[in-house]
Amino acid sequence: MAANPQDDFVNVEVDGKPVKARKGAMIIHVTDAHDAYVPRFCYHDKLPVAANCRMCLVEVEKAPKPLPACATPVAEGMKIFTKSKVAIGAQKATMEFLLINHPLDCPICDQGGECELQDLAVGFGRDIARFDERKRVVKDKSLGPLVSTDMTRCIHCTRCVRFGQEIAGIPELGTTGRGENMEIGTYIEKSVDHELSGNIIDLCPVGALNSKPFRYQGRSWEMSQVPFVAPHDGLGSNLFGHVLRGKLKRVVPRANDEINETWISDRDRYSYEGVHADDRLAKPMLKQDGHWQEVSWDVALQAAARGLRAAGHHLGTLVHPSCTTEEAYLAAKLTRALGSSNVDHRLRQRDFRDAAADARQPALGLPIAEVDALTGALVIGSNLRAELPLLAHRLRKAAVKSGAKVAFVDTIAREYRFPVAVQIASEPAHWAQQLAGVLAAVIEKAGVQVGEGYSTLLRGVVATNEQRAAAEALLSGSKRVVWLGALALRHPAWADLRSLAVEIGRVAGATLAVLAEGGNAAGASIAGALPHRVAGGSPADVIGLHASAMLESSQRAYLLVGAIEPQHDLAAPAVAESAFDSAACVVALTPYASKELLARAHVLLPIGSFAETSGSYVNLDGRWQSQAAVSKLPGEARPAWKVLRVLGNLLELSGFDQESSEEVRSELQTCMTSAAGSAAPSVIVTQHIPAIAAVSGSADLEIGDLDVPMYSIDAVLRRSPALQQTGIARRAAEGAAQ
Amino acid sequence: MSAPHQVTTSDGRVFEPGDGPNVALLSEHTRREIDAWLARFPEGRQRSATLSALRFAQEQNQGFLTPALMDAVAEYLRLPSIQVYEVATFYSMFETHECGRHHVSVCTNISCWLNGGEDILAHCERKLGIKVGESTPDKRIFLKQEEECLAACTGAPMMMVDHEFHEFLTPEKVDKILDDLT
Repeated sequence: MAANPQDDFVNVEVDGKPVKARKGAMIIHVTDAHDAYVPRFCYHDKLPVAANCRMCLVEVEKAPKPLPACATPVAEGMKIFTKSKVAIGAQKATMEFLLINHPLDCPICDQGGECELQDLAVGFGRDIARFDERKRVVKDKSLGPLVSTDMTRCIHCTRCVRFGQEIAGIPELGTTGRGENMEIGTYIEKSVDHELSGNIIDLCPVGALNSKPFRYQGRSWEMSQVPFVAPHDGLGSNLFGHVLRGKLKRVVPRANDEINETWISDRDRYSYEGVHADDRLAKPMLKQDGHWQEVSWDVALQAAARGLRAAGHHLGTLVHPSCTTEEAYLAAKLTRALGSSNVDHRLRQRDFRDAAADARQPALGLPIAEVDALTGALVIGSNLRAELPLLAHRLRKAAVKSGAKVAFVDTIAREYRFPVAVQIASEPAHWAQQLAGVLAAVIEKAGVQVGEGYSTLLRGVVATNEQRAAAEALLSGSKRVVWLGALALRHPAWADLRSLAVEIGRVAGATLAVLAEGGNAAGASIAGALPHRVAGGSPADVIGLHASAMLESSQRAYLLVGAIEPQHDLAAPAVAESAFDSAACVVALTPYASKELLARAHVLLPIGSFAETSGSYVNLDGRWQSQAAVSKLPGEARPAWKVLRVLGNLLELSGFDQESSEEVRSELQTCMTSAAGSAAPSVIVTQHIPAIAAVSGSADLEIGDLDVPMYSIDAVLRRSPALQQTGIARRAAEGAAQ
Repeated sequence: MSAPHQVTTSDGRVFEPGDGPNVALLSEHTRREIDAWLARFPEGRQRSATLSALRFAQEQNQGFLTPALMDAVAEYLRLPSIQVYEVATFYSMFETHECGRHHVSVCTNISCWLNGGEDILAHCERKLGIKVGESTPDKRIFLKQEEECLAACTGAPMMMVDHEFHEFLTPEKVDKILDDLT
């Protein structure tokens, strides 16, 4: 019989309405698709079915009793009733049982007002409880600094347990005991330690798991919900900020299946605490005769303008890669208008050779959602779970669900919670050597001609078994990627690694991506915050000094834009400090009056953090996401784009008359349109061939520490108390202390 | 721990039991017993051996499990610890708190009750000087629970000592059974 697409569907009836349903679909998929609401607690779209809450019972014709809609597959001719007497009766009875042991503490429960149990109790609960025995009480668990527990409220839906198994890849929570004594917990006191752990708060349909830092901070109905974009990694996860009287109180995910699905990383969820840090700068400050004075904006801006003008082309501008695109654009424009081309956002990069080959902007080269369908991957120099937690989650999905083969080249073999084909753990000094071996193995396996220039380099290179395994992993299936992570980017031989990775990608037919640091490296690149590219991505006529060179060569003045703290955010803090000490003027646009800036800067201009600024972020799949300011600016702080605009006016530069960040954005987009012909290509086109010494392992490299702990990558995170108390942060601090 | 060894699984593949900080707590005998159970399941289904593994671990430890022993089982079977805790706390044959080495459960369900089960239980309590749920100070006997029918109604009143049934009980018979426990 010929395959008939009709065979994939069955005819069912939902509340009397005939509909077609995919074979094998559960009843709840079909009722959801046809707007026949069925109440549920344990069912969740992204989690495996458990069918243990029994709230979704529906009536099915000819079935002797109500069936759980989440776990009953549809069948031809099935007649489903979601609102019948039997269905509603079963749902109401379930609700009565669920409420037997549930405390009536809604008035003091943080979940109150946004509680699935509360909502459904209104629809399906009785007015009066018939249960007059004692309710059970469950001891609270300590799950660490991020998630608070009130386990008496738990209804045992096990969404949090399934999250651990399915999403995090490590079951930390489980159900212990049985019957009346059943509890959710870790059994022994233990914090839940995963970079996505906060998601169990959103999954929990009741008030059992809540945000610990947010505990008793506000009621859901008092707060307004403002959409914004996560600023800590290049994914650009979609968020909602919950704002109470102008203050950002909480961050929750905004579902976007193309980026973050319904999840966000703990980093994005709790970093808002850093926005309220004690050292937030609320007033402009000026160092006069070695003493800091709070001054008016006028005085501070005049001083800044004087310092910058006096420097002329001896000005160095550093832009934080998590600044908005508009901020990066205006900072670069201001610098170039003052006659300097020294502007850069690649703060932790050490090797700037071969920069002309840079892609227009760092990009994944494929839609983020397609990572789920990868078949082979080679990840080079990346602590992926720490750098891009949700990209790591998607890669995990590819490995677990569709058997993708993933190989890593890294300093150590890290715990990935999915089957990893091979982890080449190697000293960074030998990475180029390892990649040459992988390249040789890929060439051998794929039977492809080696690229021009590489034949000499690969002469005598014999792939090890590990390198062969990595090549084999990369070559599996047809959807392949080579990713270069932050550790590789910070490597002193970055250009060599990149060239080898590009060649591996070429011979393997894999998409190459640079997982650039910061929330908006792509935006900063396209905005021209680079010494060799102008806004729109065209090569600059005059190539300025890159981030390291402008610090090594001691400029007369420096302009720091965004929360840059020299000792944490720059590749060579000591070099930076002496450069700032010898500069005539250091102007910092910063949300924080950090000690380091107070010691080295001359003018501090208070700007909004990510939460208080309107602007756009460009993520690693090239998506522009604009946001309005989420919360109120503290004191006299102003959005950085406005400060840069006014500085431009004071310096009597033309083209600084924008009225809004939207106007800045459209100006940049005009630049992009007009640069379209001359702009750098969207992929890396390199002619750079590493020196033979680089791949023979004889190169003498001063590597230093490439790793930056995931909760220390920017100033906001370093000021987030809850994140700093996590096991992840504490272990990193202990490791650093050793 | 001795050199890593391998178990051939029921589907002819190979499973290498895990090592970890607690595995050394499992005696050689316990490990061999667990291996025999591991061999009954296909590769990737080592979780199925949890119940049996816990049984041997408890036996080795004179009647109760400790978190370290449960961790040892988890490490050996390469499972997350919580999945072993779940099993150990769910089943009534596992004790997760310190208790006596012989587990005594007297049935007081209907058939035994009609035939004097409650008197048997009272006799045990009097004789041992402990209440249900308690252990003798010398950790010899643990008066585990009032059993809710072990399907030996024809022999009522009955009790279970460790895994053995004792039927048609009289106070004298009970004295003998309890006194014989070492």
